[in-house]
Amino acid sequence: MKSSSTSEKSWVHYYFKSTSGIVGAFLVLIMMTISLCAAFGWMPHDPLIQNPMDSLHKPSSVYWFGTDQFGRDIFSRAMDGMRRSMTVSIVSVSIAGIAGVSLGIIGGFFGSWLDSLVVRLSDVIFAFPAILLALAIVNSLGNSWIDTAIAIAIVYTPIFIRVARGPVLIIKELDYVKSVRVLGFSSVRILRSHVLPNVLAPILVQIALSMSWAILTESGLSFLGLGTQPPDSSLGLMVSEAQPMAAFAWWTLAAPSLFITLVVVGLNLVGDGLRDSLDPSRRQS
Amino acid sequence: MRSSLIEIRNLCIQTANESRELVKNISFSIYPGEAVGVVGESGSGKTLTALSILGLLPRGVLAQSGEVTYGGKNLLNASEESRRSIRGREISMIYQDPMTALNPVMKLGKQLLEVFEAHELPKENAQERALNALIEVGIPEPERAMQSYPHEFSGGMRQRVMIAMALVLSPKLLIADEPTTALDVTIQRQILALISEQRKKTHMSILWITHDLGVVANLVDRVIVMYAGQIVEEGSVNEIFTNPQHRYTAGLLKSLPKATIKNRERLSAIPGVPPKPWLVENSCAFSSRCSYVTEECLTKTPALIRNKFTSAACFHPVGGNS
Repeated sequence: MKSSSTSEKSWVHYYFKSTSGIVGAFLVLIMMTISLCAAFGWMPHDPLIQNPMDSLHKPSSVYWFGTDQFGRDIFSRAMDGMRRSMTVSIVSVSIAGIAGVSLGIIGGFFGSWLDSLVVRLSDVIFAFPAILLALAIVNSLGNSWIDTAIAIAIVYTPIFIRVARGPVLIIKELDYVKSVRVLGFSSVRILRSHVLPNVLAPILVQIALSMSWAILTESGLSFLGLGTQPPDSSLGLMVSEAQPMAAFAWWTLAAPSLFITLVVVGLNLVGDGLRDSLDPSRRQS
Repeated sequence: MRSSLIEIRNLCIQTANESRELVKNISFSIYPGEAVGVVGESGSGKTLTALSILGLLPRGVLAQSGEVTYGGKNLLNASEESRRSIRGREISMIYQDPMTALNPVMKLGKQLLEVFEAHELPKENAQERALNALIEVGIPEPERAMQSYPHEFSGGMRQRVMIAMALVLSPKLLIADEPTTALDVTIQRQILALISEQRKKTHMSILWITHDLGVVANLVDRVIVMYAGQIVEEGSVNEIFTNPQHRYTAGLLKSLPKATIKNRERLSAIPGVPPKPWLVENSCAFSSRCSYVTEECLTKTPALIRNKFTSAACFHPVGGNS
């Protein structure tokens, strides 16, 4: 028997022992703070006010990341774009996560026709390329941020269904689920305290990864001219607008690209950290 | 005569789709405090019989007819809610593989305490009873064990914890489905001793399912031998081991390795494999592998008949027809 004193600590303790976990949490925290500041209007400049006199300024002490062709501060616009991407990402992943996980767990645990229905449904959605399906949905819904969020949620729900359903299929056949059934546990109790905690680890990892994909998809949609519309800013839209100018004004591309990269890398590292810390037998103390 | 704790009468188990018979018309009783061993090969229906007692037959398999009487109630048509309240509290079960039988992400203490919660029992003395259960099964430092995860324990220790979980509510019947097969022999002995000791203390009954005659020899009072979904022989443990009457039981005992066996000498074996239970009709199920087979064995199904030593379903018992 190993020392059991380590068991007292929660997974949070182990999370902050992994380098990727710390770096990821740091990056995500910065991006969250930036989004929050933008939400409260704490930005160096107004992201919407055009200032033709200062168009295409290089980065300086006044305009930290330069200005675009209309003289708008790129840093402030990137902050606002980050807020928008973050909101879409959080809302869409919440919807997809709640819907997908409940469908996956219920389908996997109770089986029969319910399971077939859930699997067929997710197969149909899976059959479409993600960005194409999102495009189609945004096109039919509209261009507000909530429409984008719904479109992304629909695209990512099947992933959560699979991530939740797979382990449930394995776990419900394991002896410890059988043995608590033998001890007189009800299905609801078995689901809540024995099945859910054991699929929670992959689901949490999936949430972190999906959030980064959602940000990429949102950026992609805005880049293609759907989703956020000018003059509002969005990271994808900024990249799209900067593209023709990148040859002579590199800074127009720098801030939005940097923000996208940092948040996506950060969320992926958080996913890694979660994976390593949530599994009690994988922890290294 | 004592009244039985649980009585199984004419139990038939079939697959739901094709109505294939898996367990055919079996009857036996377990008395309070008695330990009964059910011996049989894989697919002989021993585990299905046990699961039908708990109402936990796998999907697609159902108890077609018969009765499982416990406490004056037929468990086969009792409501799910009343069966659930019996499981764990009145009838408990332990499984084969201790490595997967505990939830890997839950502390042992919490898993033990959940048994009380699941049965809506008062929480006040639950902690104390859980600790006692761990002490009873010989877990060193039970307080610390309560705070540990399953992976911190060895297989034998986990099996002990499982037994503690099964016994924490003092059930009247413990069903053990080969709980020692996954353990090495020394641990196996310890676990067997532990269960015997608990049985003496609490006077619970045991239904011990195994394919290993050696394991049951020291543990049970009575042995039931199952073959192809039927009971072929039943008798006290002494008679089964010294005077087996059914040719199958005799063959099984002959095939046990003995200490006197010479180097490179082959163990005696029963030729062939058991038939699928649903394919046996109007004949002795063992007839295809039996060297004493006659015309009668191939055309009639033998009934379980009491003889001088045991009850056997055989036309040509070892001791001859009396």
